[in-house]
Amino acid sequence: MAEVELRHVTKSYKDTTAVDDVSLAIKDREFVALLGPSGCGKTTTLRMLAGFIRPDAGQIVIDGKDVTDLPPEHRPTAMVFQSYALWPHMTVADNIAFGLRLRRLPQAEVADRTARMLDVVGLPGVTKRYPSQLSGGQQQRVALARALVLGPKILLLDEPLSNLDAKLRVRMRDEIRRIQQELQITTVYVTHDQEEALTMADRIAVMNGGVLQQVGDALDIYDRPATAFVADFIGSSNLLTGILRLAGTRALAQVGDARVPVEADGLADGAAVTVSARPEDMEVLREAAPDAFRLDDTRLVNFGAYKRLLGRHPAFGQLEARVPKAFRLGDEPVYLRFTRARAFAGDPKPRG
Amino acid sequence: MAAQAPAMPAIRLSWWIDDPRMRRMLLRLFGGALAVFIGIPLLTLVLWSFAGEWFWPNLIPTQWSLRWWQEVLENPRVIDAMVLSFTIAPVVTLLTAVVAIPAGYAFARLDVPYRRTLLLLFLIPNAFPRIGLYVSLAVLYYQIGLIDTYWGVVFLHMIGTLVYMTWITTATFRSIDPHLEEAARDAGASPLRAFFSVVLPLALPGIIVASLFSFLASIDEAQGTLIVGTPHYITMPVLLYTLISSFQRPVAAVFSVLLALPSLLLLVVAQRYLHSEYVAAGLGRV
Repeated sequence: MAEVELRHVTKSYKDTTAVDDVSLAIKDREFVALLGPSGCGKTTTLRMLAGFIRPDAGQIVIDGKDVTDLPPEHRPTAMVFQSYALWPHMTVADNIAFGLRLRRLPQAEVADRTARMLDVVGLPGVTKRYPSQLSGGQQQRVALARALVLGPKILLLDEPLSNLDAKLRVRMRDEIRRIQQELQITTVYVTHDQEEALTMADRIAVMNGGVLQQVGDALDIYDRPATAFVADFIGSSNLLTGILRLAGTRALAQVGDARVPVEADGLADGAAVTVSARPEDMEVLREAAPDAFRLDDTRLVNFGAYKRLLGRHPAFGQLEARVPKAFRLGDEPVYLRFTRARAFAGDPKPRG
Repeated sequence: MAAQAPAMPAIRLSWWIDDPRMRRMLLRLFGGALAVFIGIPLLTLVLWSFAGEWFWPNLIPTQWSLRWWQEVLENPRVIDAMVLSFTIAPVVTLLTAVVAIPAGYAFARLDVPYRRTLLLLFLIPNAFPRIGLYVSLAVLYYQIGLIDTYWGVVFLHMIGTLVYMTWITTATFRSIDPHLEEAARDAGASPLRAFFSVVLPLALPGIIVASLFSFLASIDEAQGTLIVGTPHYITMPVLLYTLISSFQRPVAAVFSVLLALPSLLLLVVAQRYLHSEYVAAGLGRV
């Protein structure tokens, strides 16, 4: 059992609030990704979990025990650093064995556990090498082994893949997930890469400006974003700003002189809203229809598996729709209909 | 950008930098000049120390002799001075390290208030004409009874060496990724343990370089030692000053060579055991 809980955790620096009243409960064996743009407070949150930063307010609870005041060496957490932070003057074996030796384990057990952990991360036979003699991917595995060898309750990863090339990143992604499943270890993973978060994590906590925006699984945050920021940050969206008009059972967003039917739960008539619609929630029509908007300056961008149709509308500005790869533009006009658009209160906060 | 007309090719005054042959030649020229500039006076010194007879306009001595070496080495005051110098320098270096390593670490890692000001403060003794500082220090030493004592000389040497060491160790500690230390804490090491297992070994090259400089600075210090150490604490360079005024030129040459030996020896050792990059790292980035 290893549960972690952040309770109203806040951390401020001089004039910025890095983490603002974040509460998050992570279940046993759960893989949670902290996702957000740089400077959103995700790394600060992780470092508070590890014990490198003391929160100004709030508590960090691991397995029911308040660890807020414990230094990192007394917490059952292990961290993998973005830069790997392998000790360059020690061999791979010494790096991994460091924590075991601190615990005064017998020599044979140290060697045994070190070798076993290198097997787990798929890197046997490099014990005598120095970190500088390993590739980035191998260093990453050693860093993971060093963190896991102590049998921590919680594994913390700080953008562990950001220094690897794209191909290797995808492979290590699967590898880290496999190891996490194999060892059944509660994991908190910080990333700015939504693809990593969506593919690896059981649940994703989206942060922006120090504030927790939404916690949910991949489907939740993609399909049912809680805030305009999440809608904008995850995947791509057509974003419009307008005023909400409620007319009986219908909700419409007034954008310029156009009106878009939207889902607007709990929002009042006349509220300033941001409307978000996914490119795949745009229906392309060849003739005028109710609620369909004519596009000008249309063009196609090929993504291989699909195409994106881009065009302008006098009220909305640029819009995009996802279309099948066989889609062609003819001479006749093209109309777009919002099959699913969501309205959120206010503006999306600027990224970063 | 792309729409702009291509800029007129600028006339480059540094064209020769691109020509490898030219660059090599200039490098050799410069290196050669440097070698001559540094080497000739040193060579002259060595020649003088072995000269029996050397009159103008001969380029090298007309007679060779070990007379001056014998004279110097048979002088009991010289032996005393050598022993004293070599008992002061290690103590100075050690004490400096004990103060400068924690200070350098604090400057590099901790949120020391007025960090820059404090670091500059260390330089202040170097900003004044040294001799003035020493005279006022001597006055102070008289009052507290440190004049003409072993520890008086040691503390005086430390005024200079503390500067080197604090600056170099600050730069060294700052060049070590703080995450390395955090990783050690994360693995269960106490702050002290993390320092000794991770930070100190990585900082060692810088610390060794700094210690070397301290050692040599202590060996070479003459002005201050002359003022606060006489008459009982005469180190090698102090003796050199007094000897050159009363002896002939070759004696001074012998003495200079003797004084240069420890420096040369230590530099050779440093070259062997320290990667030149480390030396550069230790010296750079303050």
